[in-house]
Amino acid sequence: MNLLATLRIAINALRLNKMRSMLTMLGIIIGVAAVIVMIAVGGGAQARIQNQIKSLGSNLMIILPGSTTASGVRLGSGANQNLTEDDAIAIAKEVPEVQVAAPSNRGGAQMIAGNNNWATQINGVTPDFFEAREWPVATGRMFEQAELTGSAKVLIIGQTVATQLFGDADPLDQTVRIKNVPFTVIGVLSKKGQSMLGQDQDDVAMIPLATFRNRLFGNTQGKLRRVGVIQVKVLEGANMKDAEEKIGDLMRQRQRTQPGQEDAYTIRNLTEILQAQEESSRIMALLLAAVASVSLLVGGIGIMNIMLVSVTERTREIGLRMAVGARGRDILTQFLVEAVTLSLIGGFIGIVLGVSGSFIIAKFAGWATELSIHAILLAVGFSAGIGIFFGFYPAHKASKLLPIEALRYE
Amino acid sequence: MAALIETRNLVKEYIMGEQHVLALRNVSISIAEGEFVAIMGASGSGKSTFMNLLGCLDLPTSGDYLLAGEKVSDLPNDDLAAIRNKRIGFVFQQFNLLPRTSAQENVELPLLYSNVPPAERKERALQRLTQVGLSERTGHTPAELSGGQQQRVAIARGLVNNPSLILADEPTGALDSRTSIEIMALLQKLSHQGMTIVIVTHEREIAAFASRIITFRDGQVISDVANEPENAEADLANMPLPEVHT
Repeated sequence: MNLLATLRIAINALRLNKMRSMLTMLGIIIGVAAVIVMIAVGGGAQARIQNQIKSLGSNLMIILPGSTTASGVRLGSGANQNLTEDDAIAIAKEVPEVQVAAPSNRGGAQMIAGNNNWATQINGVTPDFFEAREWPVATGRMFEQAELTGSAKVLIIGQTVATQLFGDADPLDQTVRIKNVPFTVIGVLSKKGQSMLGQDQDDVAMIPLATFRNRLFGNTQGKLRRVGVIQVKVLEGANMKDAEEKIGDLMRQRQRTQPGQEDAYTIRNLTEILQAQEESSRIMALLLAAVASVSLLVGGIGIMNIMLVSVTERTREIGLRMAVGARGRDILTQFLVEAVTLSLIGGFIGIVLGVSGSFIIAKFAGWATELSIHAILLAVGFSAGIGIFFGFYPAHKASKLLPIEALRYE
Repeated sequence: MAALIETRNLVKEYIMGEQHVLALRNVSISIAEGEFVAIMGASGSGKSTFMNLLGCLDLPTSGDYLLAGEKVSDLPNDDLAAIRNKRIGFVFQQFNLLPRTSAQENVELPLLYSNVPPAERKERALQRLTQVGLSERTGHTPAELSGGQQQRVAIARGLVNNPSLILADEPTGALDSRTSIEIMALLQKLSHQGMTIVIVTHEREIAAFASRIITFRDGQVISDVANEPENAEADLANMPLPEVHT
């Protein structure tokens, strides 16, 4: 008997038991739809979590000056002020993994606005800093090129500083005096919250690096373009270790470090966060796989259940088919094709529901879902697989019936 | 005439729990091509068991069964299926038609298992339905047909693959007396056309339409006699027509 004829028999049999076929398919439909929606929502969630973790700085590297030793006393990292703005430029240019290398300096100062004052950390930065830290301006604007080169007296403040100095008033275009130099507030940063160590990251003010050097914290280092720290953001997908090694080579070369001599710089990265990110991806994938396989398994058992009932109920039919010449394998194929047809139709409906479901969730819940073609293929493969796997036992049982016993079955 | 069916010392033993039941004891029978044989006997006499062995639906415990000279009692299952498909047409007491399936599709069923292309299947099915007088009802499902009509569909199904043998197990058991005679008339007609027919029945009136009557008791043949068959057509003509004919 050819497959087309078998398929027709299978579809006929399913059509004759519409209600039961629908209910059986429901298991597969829900299973497949759940897999697709879950993978889509989960993928969206994962992307979101990764984004958030990234904003914490998982792909961030911090280069600090090295230690110096004075009369045998080692002074700890950062003691040697030997990093320059040019180091940052060189790193950005020569290490291909690097997206930006942002030099910055920091110092503490009191800020006065009207009759309020607040002491905070002042950072001299370039726009690269905001890119490296993924820290956009919430209101107002970024520094312009002319302001950067011209040591303009402009200021971008963090949320905490804005609240402390201006309360509910709009800080934009207000004047703030730092060390008696009047600055104009041009922007307020978006809220960043506290760091992992409990430090308020929003209690901060940003001014152009040149302004920092020339107008506020001018000292002998000014002319040498020295900076306190370089923050390096590595391109997405690039290997942190490779980048770190290349930066190290470059720095040793620039600082003329002799072989065997102690490095005159320190590189730090947020390994802890990186590990957390990998861990969260893995847990997420595991969770999705677990929930998805449970729902598909339940659907599959539903199919097996119904097929077993069907075999019992149609024992006489099987006997008749055998009496008129069906071989065991014809019966096996028939029931197998029936089960697979059932699960494939269910799988197809499940895909339609799952895809539209994830669009609806994306639209109404505002939760970014990521439909993946992999999930859909997986679902189709799974539903066919389930049909074969769970359909085989009943089909095999049917094919092993003795014609005379099947015919006599009441 | 050559023997179409030959059995030699056929024994069938059923094991039910601890008990061994001998359903057939050394049955040796020869049936020639073109014969119309009725097998009679009380229930439990072994007649149905014998019929199932003839139809290759069951295998004997010992003894040989030769169909057209070929020993079939030790063939593998798939070969038995092929014999049932091509050489034997079955007619059952309960008709055994597929429910919610048209008469034509029911008749096509054996052809489905011998890879006959769809167009030819349809043609042959319609031809057989016409032969049994149901050319007007090919699209009806069993539920829309009377008992007699359902049995005609079953006979058409039995005939569709041009078998050399029709086996009918109590073909009139579920029918009223007039319809029973109609069915017997149809079988007689087939017999006159040269078909070998074996029916199992416990009614003497039905057996009377056959040309040979074999009687079973306790798994053995107790009589095997030729019979001058009654003419079913003539009987029908003498019967009053029923008031409502469905």
